[in-house]
Amino acid sequence: MSAPQAENQPILAVTDLVSGYDPGVPIVRGASMTVAPGEIVVILGPNGAGKSTFIKSIAGLVPKQSGSVRLEGREIAALPAHRLVHEGLAFVPQTENVFGQMSVEDNLRLAAGILPKAERAPQLDKMYGMFADLARQRHLLAGRLSGGQRQMVAVARALMVSPRVVMLDEPSAGLSPKLVEQVFVNLAGIRKAGVTIVLVEQNARAALAIADRAYILAEGRNAHEGGAADLWNDPAIAALYLGGGKLRGREVPA
Amino acid sequence: MNLQFLVDGLLTGSIIGLGAIGVTLTYSILRFSNFAHGEFISWGAYATLFTSGILGWAMGGAVPAIGPFSFGWTLLVAAVFAMALTGLLALGLDYVLFRHLRRRANAITAVMASFGASMALRSLLEFFFTSSPTYFSKKLQIAKQLGLGIRATPDQMVLIGLTAALVLSIHLLLTRTQTGRSMRAVSENPDLARVAGIDVARIVNITWMIGGALACAAGIMVGLLVQIRPYMGFDLLLPLFAAAILGGIGSVPGALIGGLIVGLAEAVAVQTVGAEWRAAIAFLLLIVVLIVRPSGLFGVRS
Repeated sequence: MSAPQAENQPILAVTDLVSGYDPGVPIVRGASMTVAPGEIVVILGPNGAGKSTFIKSIAGLVPKQSGSVRLEGREIAALPAHRLVHEGLAFVPQTENVFGQMSVEDNLRLAAGILPKAERAPQLDKMYGMFADLARQRHLLAGRLSGGQRQMVAVARALMVSPRVVMLDEPSAGLSPKLVEQVFVNLAGIRKAGVTIVLVEQNARAALAIADRAYILAEGRNAHEGGAADLWNDPAIAALYLGGGKLRGREVPA
Repeated sequence: MNLQFLVDGLLTGSIIGLGAIGVTLTYSILRFSNFAHGEFISWGAYATLFTSGILGWAMGGAVPAIGPFSFGWTLLVAAVFAMALTGLLALGLDYVLFRHLRRRANAITAVMASFGASMALRSLLEFFFTSSPTYFSKKLQIAKQLGLGIRATPDQMVLIGLTAALVLSIHLLLTRTQTGRSMRAVSENPDLARVAGIDVARIVNITWMIGGALACAAGIMVGLLVQIRPYMGFDLLLPLFAAAILGGIGSVPGALIGGLIVGLAEAVAVQTVGAEWRAAIAFLLLIVVLIVRPSGLFGVRS
């Protein structure tokens, strides 16, 4: 789907972000990222590179020390986490990303709270249309669901408010290979619906297969960036950051 | 065995339950034990006494009691007003004290601060109202025979009914409304709640208002059934926590049922082994329940 606005206007632009839990100890040390409307951008890098902290600080969950975050041109770096959803930026955490003691439906209704009353029920139906499994399990406690279904609730929860950009922290973590595939098929479907996607992933192969572009972070800074296929096929980068030499030479499945 | 313990236990249990709901809500949403919660009970009772006194004075003397009850309409109006005031007191205490500690200090600091606040609030009551007991009304009430050897005054019966209505409305608020869902969400996972667009600060304020208002209701019950004195709330503090833990921290129905169990256990103890043993019996019960079910009756294992 073509983006409605000019391609050169990024939907999300992060510039020189410095952030961390303790003021004196930055984990992200000046990382930048631009995302065009309708893109899937993946953030890769070794353990401890600050990938998760990077998107958590964009989502307002980790204090930012400096840097700028612009969503559709508006500066949002100073907004608290709960305001970002109103601005159109949704976030799906890696773990504990559903309210386990609430039903599936209550999880979704909770997220609908920021919508005008008249839009809540239609939006709920839309999610049940998109995720048929959830419609069947709407009255089950979310904590009772399998890992894959919980991930579905978490993604549906984020999509309830029709965000412009969804950020996901390792959506494939802890899932079986078959479910990982399902998650990435879902993400591709969500992008088709016009939602821009940013994700942090350990599973470089699966993520690069659906991504347009990738950023590789190391020690809290940008180490490399480029088209998904270019990064994948660069043997030096694959050896350094994408899981070592065993992957070299394998083509990205198109 | 005389069945009178049922009425006595139900009344004490309602009082403890109303207070314990506030304790369990503040614990699950703010994650600390507020030992000043008993003072909300006392302040609520005195706020009601003070307001109904002013209303009575403005009406030019004592207002006649309603039907068979010991109180007139001024007390009912004062009760509603005082519940709002006590909610604001809880909110104010959070604003000047707990809010700052939540951001920087660890849990034990906040607990000790709540002890300090408890003493300060209690001393203020002694300063303004002296430590001698007072009453909403000194009118004697005749208990009615209800059969099976049970007797209850009209006040006692209407208070049990009002408690049930109050608890039911809180339960509906928590389970059926967006505010209630948000409160459960913040209690389970504050970060995820923020990501879902919930203003956690607003939910914290609502929690204090509800806790304060229910504590005030408990204080009014103590005032109507026993007497009003500055220590009335502090003396209830241990039973409040016992009830909240027994029912399972975070559970509103659990807090009420915990309160009723503690209340009934105390009433049975008074009748069978003697009044001086009642706290011991209630805590023995608490220990037994916690050994069998460490998360409390309705608690969720975390």
